[in-house]
Amino acid sequence: MNIDQTQAEIVDDFSFFEDWMDKYEYIIQLGKELPIIDAAYKTPEHLIKGCQSQVWMHAEEKDGKVYFTADSDALITKGLVSLVIKVLSGHPAAEIAQSELTFIEKIGLKSHLSPTRSNGLLSMVKQMKLYAYTYMAQQQLKSQ
Amino acid sequence: MEKLKSIDIPFDIHKIRAEFPILQTEVHGHPLVYLDNAATTQKPQVVIDSLVEYYTQYNSNVHRGVHHLSQLATDGFEAARRTAQQYINAGSESEIIFTKGTTDGINLVAQSFAKAFLKPGDSIIISAMEHHSNIVPWQIVCQQYGAELKVIPMDENGELILSEYDKLLNDRVRLVSLPYVSNSLGTVNPVDLIIEKAHKSDIPVLLDSAQAIQHLPIDVQKLDVDFLVFSSHKVFGPTGMGILYGKEKWLDLMPPYQGGGEMIKTVTFEKTTYNELPFKFEAGTPHIEGAIGLDAALKYTQSIGLENIQKYEALLYQYAIEQLSTIDSLRFIGQAKHRAGAVSMMVGDIHPFDMGEILDKLGIAVRTGHHCTEPVMNFFKIPGTIRASFSFYNTFEEVDRLVTGIKRAKAMLS
Repeated sequence: MNIDQTQAEIVDDFSFFEDWMDKYEYIIQLGKELPIIDAAYKTPEHLIKGCQSQVWMHAEEKDGKVYFTADSDALITKGLVSLVIKVLSGHPAAEIAQSELTFIEKIGLKSHLSPTRSNGLLSMVKQMKLYAYTYMAQQQLKSQ
Repeated sequence: MEKLKSIDIPFDIHKIRAEFPILQTEVHGHPLVYLDNAATTQKPQVVIDSLVEYYTQYNSNVHRGVHHLSQLATDGFEAARRTAQQYINAGSESEIIFTKGTTDGINLVAQSFAKAFLKPGDSIIISAMEHHSNIVPWQIVCQQYGAELKVIPMDENGELILSEYDKLLNDRVRLVSLPYVSNSLGTVNPVDLIIEKAHKSDIPVLLDSAQAIQHLPIDVQKLDVDFLVFSSHKVFGPTGMGILYGKEKWLDLMPPYQGGGEMIKTVTFEKTTYNELPFKFEAGTPHIEGAIGLDAALKYTQSIGLENIQKYEALLYQYAIEQLSTIDSLRFIGQAKHRAGAVSMMVGDIHPFDMGEILDKLGIAVRTGHHCTEPVMNFFKIPGTIRASFSFYNTFEEVDRLVTGIKRAKAMLS
């Protein structure tokens, strides 16, 4: 599945919930599926700045694709991180860099993307794209 | 709880709630439970009306026009000064300075007082439970003038250790600045005692009263406090407006904070003579409608009566503590004997942010995080707290909804 197909699938999953509480139950559940960051990377350098809750993230490139692992000390944040990783992880850097994350707004969590909210989802997505751009730049250097 | 309603409550809570339009609204399909009053308070209709009236009937600049509207605006603006004077029982109108808020008031005193009195090797005393607004302005002037910032420590209940305060007082201390009521712990500090001790060494005291002004009757002459600051929006008035009370003897010795219109007597390119108090500290066109809204807010609060408010809130606070204590693994952060306004807590190891988000979806507004008191959170070694803060328009039923909400969120998050 490409990035947009995964987003469409998530939007579809969330359309079944009528109640906010059910939505959150599901988000918290998704947190448990998060590919957890190796303890060795859970350091201040891997902490995403601008979060009320803490998020640690690590990226790795394998066979031309970028894979993310992460963790958070807050369960809802962890669930949201898990969703974003589900969408972006395992794709080529160029696709990640160019992706547009529309699903967050569509499932009613737009407020999490507000820069004033300081819960970091926005900073996290920026950081993931930054990783992707870094890998793209490295690939270019290699091919020169 | 039922019996409380009829016997002890000193006013008609339903009538009061009807006067606040926002309290009639719904959030995410639930009637709003607003428990973030330490961040800002809601506005009664009379305050909202006063602003509309000002802009529809007498909007004009103050103090300078000879025309009718300017006179009306000036009258309204200066009436607000007298209302504020009376509200805190200041001796004179010239001791009431309009500011942008508590933070602005502290910055004004810090800059201006330091310029007049702070020398290398001097010190300023603050406390361990400060809002960042009562730390950073003093750090800045201490750096500027080579002075030292000293901190009165607190114990694990969130009470200041007064024996340590005694040790900090010496003849190099120029000023003591501390909160009347803590915004993150709810502690009501023994300010009369703290002021008395400082005055024995002729040290002036500033009280950050942002969290006291809406909860307790304040009498600056009885307290004998030298400076007292508060924000209009914490006492049911508009944002962007605040009051600095200062004893004339200090304000007279302090240089102006900012230059501009209003604060001058005469200006030539060679020299400016400054206006008298309070105008010396009010540069530029002031926040006129802010003052007019504050006037309405203070009159409204007085019409209910600070003693009544204090009595009701004490019952409500006590009820909240009792009910919240029934929640397993809930612990209070700050358990001072004398508290008002805010209750800070943690539930197990649930992240305050998760709790706040679930409560929001249940229509309950609380604050989560460090509440601009990072040193307090570091002291308790926690990332933040869940803070419920009350006002006289909150009800016992709202406390019940908070407790039910926390229990529900806890079940989801543990």
